[in-house]
Amino acid sequence: MTESFVTYAIWLAFGCVSLAQVLAMVRLIKGPNTSDRILALDTMTVNAIGLIVMLGIAQGTQIYFEAALIVAMLGFVSTVAYCRFVLRGDIIE
Amino acid sequence: MKSLTRAVLPHPLLTLLLIVTWCLVTNSVAPGTFVLGTILGVLIPMGTSAYWPGAPNGLRAGKMLVYLVIVVWDILLANIAVAWIVVTRSNRAMRSTWVAIPLDIRTPEAITMLAGTITLTPGTVSADLSDEGHTLLVHALDAESPEDVRDEIKQRYERRLKEIFE
Amino acid sequence: MTLDLVLDIAMAASLVIGALFTLVGSFGLLKLDDAMKRLHAPTKASTLGVGALLLGSSLAAFGRGEPSLQEVLILAFLFVTAPISAHFICKVNLHRRSCDTPPTPAKDQTWATLDTAGDETR
Repeated sequence: MTESFVTYAIWLAFGCVSLAQVLAMVRLIKGPNTSDRILALDTMTVNAIGLIVMLGIAQGTQIYFEAALIVAMLGFVSTVAYCRFVLRGDIIE
Repeated sequence: MKSLTRAVLPHPLLTLLLIVTWCLVTNSVAPGTFVLGTILGVLIPMGTSAYWPGAPNGLRAGKMLVYLVIVVWDILLANIAVAWIVVTRSNRAMRSTWVAIPLDIRTPEAITMLAGTITLTPGTVSADLSDEGHTLLVHALDAESPEDVRDEIKQRYERRLKEIFE
Repeated sequence: MTLDLVLDIAMAASLVIGALFTLVGSFGLLKLDDAMKRLHAPTKASTLGVGALLLGSSLAAFGRGEPSLQEVLILAFLFVTAPISAHFICKVNLHRRSCDTPPTPAKDQTWATLDTAGDETR
């Protein structure tokens, strides 16, 4: 009994976050402005962290932690780099 | 004595943060981890202190803790409120406006924390600072009047940050 | 046994809550019609949603009997960086004029991003 409702919760969460990822991707394709695309990409990185973490829960391991941390750092740095490129036309002045 | 402490530990809080981070990354509190974390926590601030010339002169840790608790609580409430607005309101019914907040705090650290707090709490995102840093531009998702938003932010967060940093 | 059940329930609840918040964040990103409004949903809801998922992961690790607080690190990192990314995207919005013009500040000349005084050389 205990096992089953945890499994359901994990599957529900997987479904919701995957759907969120698809919605963000629609905005990434549609997005009228550059800023919308950057924002959609940032949201997708955050959602990807959620997916990686849930994969770790579903498989009962801790080894995905480093992957999630690296995705978080790369996502932040790439968002800032895109924004700086749009704002200044250059990333490192 | 004091200059020796400054030479070895230019940023004590950064040292502490690095030790805690190292213990969390390796996920253990074994003595070996702690020693290596301490070595890193001393060497990294020493090596990079040339890039961090200024440090905030003294902040009140107790008030900081109270402030953090208030902010975390507000973040939880804010998220429920924003989620409710996003799901139930139609686009036209949202009264989103710009709010300009005149700042009393002058320290860069305090302004940074205020901007971060504003972004994470009820339906507001800090957008820009005026060219000489006297005013903060904030965008509110759903506000009845800009004056209310301004007064709440000044009362609730800025007053406390002024006590912490200045 | 009871402790295990409580841990399982807490983990399942935080997973579901986190997933729903993440979904609302992306839904808001798609639904809202103005570039500045769109910024609100993902920065707040998605950050808290992923925070709840990380909390669930930490609880799951406790339930397996190998306690871990590594998730706190990602959580802290996300909460520190989310306002910074949001601020930068705001600046892009202001720079590209893809939003309403903000009011002029009371004391100073203009907003830092709209400041065109230094742009003549470029």
